[in-house]
Amino acid sequence: MKQDVIAKGAAHTSIIHDSAVKHVTGTADYTDDLMEPVGTLHGYLGLSPVAHGRITAMDLDAVKKAPGVHAVLTAEDIPGHNDISPTGLHDEPVFAFPEVQFVGQPIFAVIAETRDQARRACQLAKVEYEELPFALDAIAARDAGMGYVTKPLKLARGDMAELDRAPRQLSGRLTVGGQEHFYLESQIAFAFPGEDDEVIVNTSTQHPTEVQHMVAHVLDVPSNAVVVQVRRMGGGFGGKESQMNGFCAIAALAAKKLKRAVKIRPDRDDDFQITGKRHDFVIDYAVGYDETGRIHAVDADFYARCGFSSDLSGPVTDRALFHADNAYYYPAVELRSHPMKTNTCSNTAFRGFGGPQGVVMAERIVEDIAYQLGRDPLEIRKRNLYENGQLTPYHQEVEDQILPRIFEELEASADYHARRQAVLDFNARAAREGGAIRKGIALTPVKFGISFTATWYNQAGALIHIYSDGSIHLNHGGTEMGQGLNTKVAQVVAEALGIDIDRIKITKTTTEKVPNTSATAASSGSDLNGMAALNACEQLLARLKAFAAEGKDVDPDLISIGETVRIGDEEMPFADFIRTAYLARVQLSAAGFYKTPKIHWDRDTGRGRPFYYFAYGAACSEVSVDTLTGEYVIERADVLHDVGRSLNPALDKGQVEGAFVQGTGWLTSEELWWDAKGRLRTHAPSTYKIPLASDRPKVFNVQLADWSVNRENTIKRSKAVGEPPFMLGISVFQALNMAVASFNGYRENPRIDAPATPERVLMAIEAIR
Amino acid sequence: MGHELRFLLNDTEIRLTEAGSRDTLLDFLRLNRRLTGTKEGCAEGDCGACTVLVGRLHHGALHYEPINACIRFLASCHGCHIVTVEHLRGANGGLHPVQAAMVEHHGSQCGFCTPGFVMALYGLWMQNPRPDMLAIETALQGNLCRCTGYEPIVKAAFAASEAGGQHMDALTVERDRVTAALAAIPRERVEVARGEDRAILPADAADLAQVLAENPKATIVAGATDVGLWVTKFLRDISPAVFIGDLQDLKKIEITPGHITIGAGVTYSEFEPFVLAHFPEALDYWRRIGGWQVRNAGTIGGNVANGSPIGETPPLLIALGATMRLRSVEGSRELPVEDYFIDYGKQDRRPGEFVEAITVPLKGEARIAAYKVSKRHHADITASAAAFRVETDGAIIIDARVAFGGMAATPKRAAAAEAALNGQPFTAETFEAAAKAVANDFQPLSDWRASKEYRQQLAANFFRRFWLEQSGAEHRLRRAE
Repeated sequence: MKQDVIAKGAAHTSIIHDSAVKHVTGTADYTDDLMEPVGTLHGYLGLSPVAHGRITAMDLDAVKKAPGVHAVLTAEDIPGHNDISPTGLHDEPVFAFPEVQFVGQPIFAVIAETRDQARRACQLAKVEYEELPFALDAIAARDAGMGYVTKPLKLARGDMAELDRAPRQLSGRLTVGGQEHFYLESQIAFAFPGEDDEVIVNTSTQHPTEVQHMVAHVLDVPSNAVVVQVRRMGGGFGGKESQMNGFCAIAALAAKKLKRAVKIRPDRDDDFQITGKRHDFVIDYAVGYDETGRIHAVDADFYARCGFSSDLSGPVTDRALFHADNAYYYPAVELRSHPMKTNTCSNTAFRGFGGPQGVVMAERIVEDIAYQLGRDPLEIRKRNLYENGQLTPYHQEVEDQILPRIFEELEASADYHARRQAVLDFNARAAREGGAIRKGIALTPVKFGISFTATWYNQAGALIHIYSDGSIHLNHGGTEMGQGLNTKVAQVVAEALGIDIDRIKITKTTTEKVPNTSATAASSGSDLNGMAALNACEQLLARLKAFAAEGKDVDPDLISIGETVRIGDEEMPFADFIRTAYLARVQLSAAGFYKTPKIHWDRDTGRGRPFYYFAYGAACSEVSVDTLTGEYVIERADVLHDVGRSLNPALDKGQVEGAFVQGTGWLTSEELWWDAKGRLRTHAPSTYKIPLASDRPKVFNVQLADWSVNRENTIKRSKAVGEPPFMLGISVFQALNMAVASFNGYRENPRIDAPATPERVLMAIEAIR
Repeated sequence: MGHELRFLLNDTEIRLTEAGSRDTLLDFLRLNRRLTGTKEGCAEGDCGACTVLVGRLHHGALHYEPINACIRFLASCHGCHIVTVEHLRGANGGLHPVQAAMVEHHGSQCGFCTPGFVMALYGLWMQNPRPDMLAIETALQGNLCRCTGYEPIVKAAFAASEAGGQHMDALTVERDRVTAALAAIPRERVEVARGEDRAILPADAADLAQVLAENPKATIVAGATDVGLWVTKFLRDISPAVFIGDLQDLKKIEITPGHITIGAGVTYSEFEPFVLAHFPEALDYWRRIGGWQVRNAGTIGGNVANGSPIGETPPLLIALGATMRLRSVEGSRELPVEDYFIDYGKQDRRPGEFVEAITVPLKGEARIAAYKVSKRHHADITASAAAFRVETDGAIIIDARVAFGGMAATPKRAAAAEAALNGQPFTAETFEAAAKAVANDFQPLSDWRASKEYRQQLAANFFRRFWLEQSGAEHRLRRAE
């Protein structure tokens, strides 16, 4: 009896990250670890010290004469376009001149023998500015008439007269802070000049193809002259989707000009100042609802601090609107985005891509209603959950709702109702006895749309070579930033070909192998690249099976490719079979391709099906608050999250845990603080505080909804996982809010703004005490 | 006088005749030795990606601690054993138990912070074979991970402790050989330079006084947890720099009846057992100073000498009534710690002087407390901090000393609040009166750490907390039981 052995490392198994052993031994090479050719030079950037101004004089003589300096580059040295705008709006120069638009904007680069020399030389520049008026935040920009960086969006559905017709109304303003990515590896570009117009750029980007285009655009060479390579990133989170363009363009420019390898790596403080962050928003909302807590209508304006240029602010602010419903049906709705131009770094993609800011508003609305009606917010949440067949504000029908089951299971596993009562009792006792600790608990959902809203991005390629010794070389258009994408795609290939994953070499992403790739973003990496790799495998399998059947009278069903290749009763090891296929001149390489079906989106009408499917999840968090200082701890968090049929449960669980803690950081200790001159004063980990091990929940139960199967035909029926669980951190934010509300008997929502730093928590307590 | 820096790097002896004062260990590892497993994440000692172990002879015994290589000056490695992730392996040559546990528990995602975590966990695994949750979280205060949410890393720490194997570890097996090699490095004055940039390592405290007499404008560098940033962030020239972090004369801790005298070079970590023994009320406060790597490098003397208004030790030392001894070739003088701080950036330290020791009265029957608030609980800079020492006679407060950090240009006592306490009954009402009075003591600033309103509120609430604590009410959050 023939028995098929499951290939080692097949899909749905919890194998380790392909680089795990290299990570722990320090042998995983990041861009800064690559061997430097003899003569490698180092670049450093000179930055604007003013928020808005016109350069009236720039004396770089002392810089040029400083020890070790080979060149100083400014806007004049750019042979092509002084522009790295990813939107084509030509609003983002490589080097600003003569106008500078934020503190930290690059105006020149120094290339020297050592990084230290380049950095010190930068300080010798004498630049004079005529300072101009500036606006730092979205509301100041609106009041100053700064205008939009890109075209705003309006989503509307239903009869907005329902807002006033509803039995009850409320309105409010929510301020939600931005977030620095704090990838542990900062931005870096390492360019090698080639012959003619060629240049190779090793870098840490989520979007090699865009870097390729930008370098070509700046150097005025065709894309075929530029190769961009990424083995791995030390974290990305969206912060390396477009932000690497400038560093790469400058490194490539210097490498071509000086005919030397050139590396640029900013200091962490400069990285903070130069690069964009998660957009902070001011959201004005009005809601009509009834005594049962059912929402009738929602009207909201989303003002975002976009920074000086458009970058990805258009799609980011769009996505804020796409998720302003979170999981709730709004019978009538009108949502307007206001992507405000400000004199700050150009805000960019960050895990969730505007979605979290929208979701926070939905959760605020639910809580406002609950406090007004004196109900458990969970009751209001459940009352307003989408039912299949209902339309989102962008007129997409919800078809895959699974939150009722997620709620039911999580309420039970987290023992929500008993613990909420215990929290209420604890707070009542503290109020009676003057205890300094208050508690809060909240259970919040997430529904997150999966697909790039720029529909054409939803395509991917892969390239698989089987060498004549049976070893396999796998390449695809996605990039590895820690999420385990390469591991998951290799699992797909191992399963498809029936071979052990050890046979597969996972290699760097390069624009030479798979062209015209999309950013590894929007949680789409596995969905898109897994499918493209599967497509390549199917091509190879078809050829190999046809070859196996050649000249033999064998039922095609009795041919199987795997570690042991079976052709009827004949068996042979995979390597031997491949060798015979090679000798028989079978093509052993295939390029796969995939595009997401069903999706379409018309931005002008605000209608379509931008998302292929939704991913769901929920979290229940309990906090304790020290009401004398505003400090808090997360006592316990329970998460139940939907990843469909997981490609790798261990890696997916890691994504969920990490996203939860990162989302918690966004809403608690991570605060971006600009001074009155527009200088970002929280510019490094000493001043910008991401969560530590001692900030994670004391008890942290994370489960995948292992019964969930994607109803759409995604790769192995899995679902995207990178972004959706980020929004589960909102449960902590709402729990903090509840602890504060205990001071007014839960009569009114204290409406803490985000991030709920200890200061905001304490001052909110003092305001209502 | 020697002109050669000597230290061990993994299993290699390093001898350098050319080195500048501002050369960092991290750059030496990565650029000079191509040991790229150690990463630069922030260059300011906050993220821990550059964590390495430093082995030092302390009173003859070899002791390894994790430190941040990014703000460790190369010159201060003289006489040390530097251990990087490349040196770490299991007894059989495979993965070390800490590494194996990290792999098995999916403790890495992007992997960039991972070597630093591995080294911190290695340090913990060696020092504490059976750590509890609190010990693990305390050991990881100096390491940032942006991917995992830490849960798998903490699980790996427990798993590594289960695996054990310390007796077979390379640093255990090699202990005698390394001890002998370090002991063989002569403790004479060493001076090295790169061009005009000079680094001086005095032989002992007397020699330090001499060096400072010869170089009155020298920068004194102990743990470099602050001076490191002058170089890595502000590109300041610190030459000539005098490295005192390894001077045994400054590392003594002496207990006499009624007092404890702390050598200026004693690190926060070295003093932690004494906090536990003599000032247990301040232990939580103590563990909020920096992260573990910073506490292993930073010194109490440096924290005071530096004069920062947000240093953690001055409020505590001032409240406890500590004095400090300054020394130069002219001799020594003693002054109350509170008198050392004159104004922002200005201290009572004369050219040629250095802080030699700090003497703290033991608390006796006094009630003490130390509080700090920051945006993040651990490894964050103070928004506001306060230390209390309150003596009572029966039900009456006879001596209250309350000192604050983060509230003024210097660490400072709260005179009005103290006046509201002294001579008054030890009651809630008295502390409430002090809470109101403290508003008259400080006009704090607003900055990115806290608004002035928040700082004022905290200052008042510290008095309320002190009362609650003394009256036994539930008053504080607990991270671990």
